[in-house]
Amino acid sequence: MAADEEELSINEQAISASEDEEGSDDERKHKKLLEAISSMGSRKRKKQNERSEASVQVSEFFVNAEGTGEKVNLSDLLGTVEKTSGASNKTKKQLRNLQSSKETLELPLNKQQTEKIQRGIAYEKTAAEVSCWRNIILQNQKAEQMVFPLNQESPGPKRVEQVVAGWKVQTPLEQEIFRLLHINSQPVDDPVLTPVEEQSLKAMSLEEAKIRRAELQKARALQSYYEAKAKREKKIKSKKYHKVQRKAKCKDFLKQFDEMVKTNPEGALEELKKMELSRMEERMSLKHQNSGKWAKSKAIMAKYDDSARKAMQEQLQMNKDLTQKIVVPSDDEHESNEEGLETIPDFVNDSEPVIDSVNPWMRGQLTHEEPEVSCVTTEDVQTAEEENEEEELVGEFERKRKLRQADEEDLIPTEEEQPASEVVEEDVVEVSDKEEEDDDDDDEEEEEEDVSEFNTLFRLMRSEKTLEEDEEGLLNEGQIRVRNIEDLEVLGEFVDPQPIAEPSLPRTAAVEATSEPPYKKKREIDLKEVLTKEAKAVKVPFLPTVVDEEERDEQISIIKEAFAGDDVISDFIKDKSKLEAAGRPEVVDLTLPGWGEWGGVGLKPSRWKRKRFRIKTAPPPPRQDQKLPDVIISENRNASVASHQVSQLPFPFQNTAQFESSIRTPIGPTWNTQSVVKNMTKPKVITKMGAIIEPMVKEDFIKNKTTTPGGKGPAIMLGENKRAKEGTKRSSEKHRGRRSQKRRK
Amino acid sequence: MKVKVLCRNPDDYVRETTRDIQRVPRNYDPTLHPFEVPREYTRALNATKLERVFAKPFVASLDGHRDGISCITKHAKSLSTVISGACDGEVKLWNLPRQECLRTVQAHEGFVRGICSRFCGTSFFTVGDDKTIKQWNLEAPGYGVREEPINTILGKAVFTGIDHHQRESTFVTCGQTVDIWDEQRSSPIRSFSWGVDSFSCVRYNPVETELLASCASDRSIVLYDTRESAPLRKVIMQLRSNTLCWNPMEAYYFTCANEDYNLYTYDIRHLDVPVTVHMDHVSAVLDVDYSPTGREFVSASFDKTIRIFPKDKGHSREVYHTKRMQHVICVRWSADNKYVLSGSDEMNIRLWKANASEKLGLLSTREKAAAHYNKKLIEKFQHHPQVRRIARHRHLPGDILKQKREQREMKEARRRREQNVRKHSKPGSVPLLTEKEKHVAAVVE
Repeated sequence: MAADEEELSINEQAISASEDEEGSDDERKHKKLLEAISSMGSRKRKKQNERSEASVQVSEFFVNAEGTGEKVNLSDLLGTVEKTSGASNKTKKQLRNLQSSKETLELPLNKQQTEKIQRGIAYEKTAAEVSCWRNIILQNQKAEQMVFPLNQESPGPKRVEQVVAGWKVQTPLEQEIFRLLHINSQPVDDPVLTPVEEQSLKAMSLEEAKIRRAELQKARALQSYYEAKAKREKKIKSKKYHKVQRKAKCKDFLKQFDEMVKTNPEGALEELKKMELSRMEERMSLKHQNSGKWAKSKAIMAKYDDSARKAMQEQLQMNKDLTQKIVVPSDDEHESNEEGLETIPDFVNDSEPVIDSVNPWMRGQLTHEEPEVSCVTTEDVQTAEEENEEEELVGEFERKRKLRQADEEDLIPTEEEQPASEVVEEDVVEVSDKEEEDDDDDDEEEEEEDVSEFNTLFRLMRSEKTLEEDEEGLLNEGQIRVRNIEDLEVLGEFVDPQPIAEPSLPRTAAVEATSEPPYKKKREIDLKEVLTKEAKAVKVPFLPTVVDEEERDEQISIIKEAFAGDDVISDFIKDKSKLEAAGRPEVVDLTLPGWGEWGGVGLKPSRWKRKRFRIKTAPPPPRQDQKLPDVIISENRNASVASHQVSQLPFPFQNTAQFESSIRTPIGPTWNTQSVVKNMTKPKVITKMGAIIEPMVKEDFIKNKTTTPGGKGPAIMLGENKRAKEGTKRSSEKHRGRRSQKRRK
Repeated sequence: MKVKVLCRNPDDYVRETTRDIQRVPRNYDPTLHPFEVPREYTRALNATKLERVFAKPFVASLDGHRDGISCITKHAKSLSTVISGACDGEVKLWNLPRQECLRTVQAHEGFVRGICSRFCGTSFFTVGDDKTIKQWNLEAPGYGVREEPINTILGKAVFTGIDHHQRESTFVTCGQTVDIWDEQRSSPIRSFSWGVDSFSCVRYNPVETELLASCASDRSIVLYDTRESAPLRKVIMQLRSNTLCWNPMEAYYFTCANEDYNLYTYDIRHLDVPVTVHMDHVSAVLDVDYSPTGREFVSASFDKTIRIFPKDKGHSREVYHTKRMQHVICVRWSADNKYVLSGSDEMNIRLWKANASEKLGLLSTREKAAAHYNKKLIEKFQHHPQVRRIARHRHLPGDILKQKREQREMKEARRRREQNVRKHSKPGSVPLLTEKEKHVAAVVE
């Protein structure tokens, strides 16, 4: 500062001097000016700046180090460290090591790479920050209705203190009242909410609270239903009922166990251990040994009473069952047995178009008995029968209970049964798999692959095409301008009616027929075998496999042999004639006995009457398959209606039943009450007329979740979070500012 | 003795006012109202037809500019005010309800490249070909006072676009670089550049207000965060993007209008593949703007049409065109979600309804209910062929239709060719690319 002032003074002197001479000599003046200017930025200035006297404030510009230009060596520092007693030996040692080491530091990364790294980090950070919107965006996308502008203030009358700010107590009465309020620590300015309420509101938003309440209510209701049910069931005195219940439970447990084996092997293991334990207990105790009081009394009765004998027998059986060790069946036997049982009925009962092209007879539905399984012993049959009885009983009870429940309440959600389609599909796949294995040839495989690839490509291409055509929003653009309703009617003529296939029947119906495998033998569980079982690898051929001629002949002969008893052709002919008969016009008989003539027992209406009142309808157009002897063409499809029907299942629907039900429910006021109609027809987006819809504001939607307890987190974390915190702080300030602005307006 | 009396509640049969319609008791027994589906189907068909009959989207045309319109912007606080800039450097303020020009300013020499309104609605900024940024007052000057900008900033290069921050007094321009400016300063606070290229458009994210996106002339879209020292990431596409627009309700989505006739919606978290490819235009798309509800966006194209796309659909739901409308250069969706404004080459600004068959003005409750019912019916029966056919039908000018057909053929041919190549090359050597994957060349970190 001092130097600057000095310079200024020099300048002033120079200028004043020149002024004194009154411009007599321009040259001199110029010289002086130049000198003055040169003195400003010359090296002399530095010399002048030397510190000459002691002062309180030491400017940083005056300090010059003694050894400027010389590098500071580590030894310089070390010298002082050696002398100081405070420095630990460890640091001294480290410093000495450092001195001795000759390694240089690595070169810093070049600019491009550092920038790239910086960009990468910045992008990651921003992406993470932005994804906090995910939930809100998803929620909005799924919302049934959105009202814009967002965050509208609730309409209706507002409280005074919301509208008027700065209202003060004036009259003595008011003062008195407010003093009283003060004493009782009541809110003075009568806020809309008391502090407690505000706290509770902060803790949970209204929506959340509502959801929570609903959940709690539901849970409570369910609990009470369950309790009531348990109580009711407990009261039932029937021993048979309880027995049946127990058995059902046992069965359920077995089923669960089977699933558990697949999904949760550890759990299954534990269950198995439990079973082991129960077995041990049974072996230790005298229960079911027919040695109790009851058993003795029964033993006396057993001579005369059949049922007593049976009961005793049962007890013994139970003991046997419980003490029986879990048998390890040999692997291959089990496998083959199972497969043999599983596959044959599937093969025969399958009403689906079977993949095997060789075997055309598989298409028709055959009247087929349940295959008798030879290996099932008579005992098993008996037990199975018993089981059936019990099942029936349980079913009856279930039905009754359901009826009662329906009367009482239908709030409890009934669990839908799992669709069985998946299981069956697996079965079908297995079948095809085996066939493929049967007639695999090495040479053909490659060919097949090629062909299949082409085929998939082709299919893909076709699907793309159809997708393109059927895309939702695709506009049908043409040169025709539509001006009125007549034009719209005419529109139809330009579009040739596409051949529309009948809506495909839901597959599930067909599938259910085969869903229950007939193999019902009690399984014996082997721990290791069950848990280490691997899933079967399933290969699905893209094309029906090509078979040699010879093999085909062989196949045909086999099939002929197999179906020697069934006359398929005559069945077909019968079917066709039946259909034809159904299509023929019926004669409508409108003759009424007793009208215009005598009536009574044994009297027939006269011939003229019959002739007159029997009305023949006109014959329908000839059937399409009239001249095709081995084809049945269904005439159910109505072309005039077909043009109004949906040919393909539209996108969001999973099956035809869903779609049909969505169409079947009417939404109009003719069928529904006003409130229902209002609810069903509410639009997805509501905008307020004449209101500007502002974009979302972050502070309104995303609560500050980064409130970490101070002091606990590591210091490095603080540095990272700084930005976010700053941002929120800044924005909150801003927000407040905006609010105050609004109020001012 | 108990006496039973027949009583009627007057609420059941008395009208509230005499102007109200008579209350009709109804029996909702389904047996009394048979054939629900056929009846509703007929109603749906009629509703669809009426929707098409009443589809008259064109509202007004604002003429007055003496050159093609190059940019339009909405007033931040007033629905009725719109500011437009033309290729001769003129800026006009319009009153929409009265359909008249309020004020004309000769803002720049050469093109007005960009306009943006300040968030408070007191002033607006323009950039032009004369390398200046000018801030103008939205209030008209007094009688006899010359139109002068509040502030003028002289830049080093031509600015091609400008956008203002949602809440703070900073704005961003693009040209040779992307610059962030404080309103109080005459030099940029920050400036971003990544390689040598010029930018055509830059936009602030309206929700995450520190985010920026820009379209560069090297076919790339670059993302920035104003809090970071470097740009975030760059997507290079097959062709150049002209403009882009952020979704105002969904922070991480933006849509860009591309030269290859398509629009692409991106999720900034996954830039390698666009979320949706919006196709339908038959020429370069020049501008895009989201509806304030974030559900749809409107695009302007060189093919003389405007199209409205739902944000998640690949094809447009609406196409607007008139005989006199030439290449549409800029388009904006009004802040109340009701109208669309388009500025085109032939010096006119056109006002369209966003919903072509919507009835304007106040509706009575019954009208509203009927409209909602009809809409729902059309939605319910939308998959039925007759309904779909009518709902989808749009008139298109002959040449556009021809181009459309031509392009479809070209596309088909390209696809066939690709397939043939795939068939005759080593399996796996020609990968099967989806439409989304085809258009992104690279993502640069």
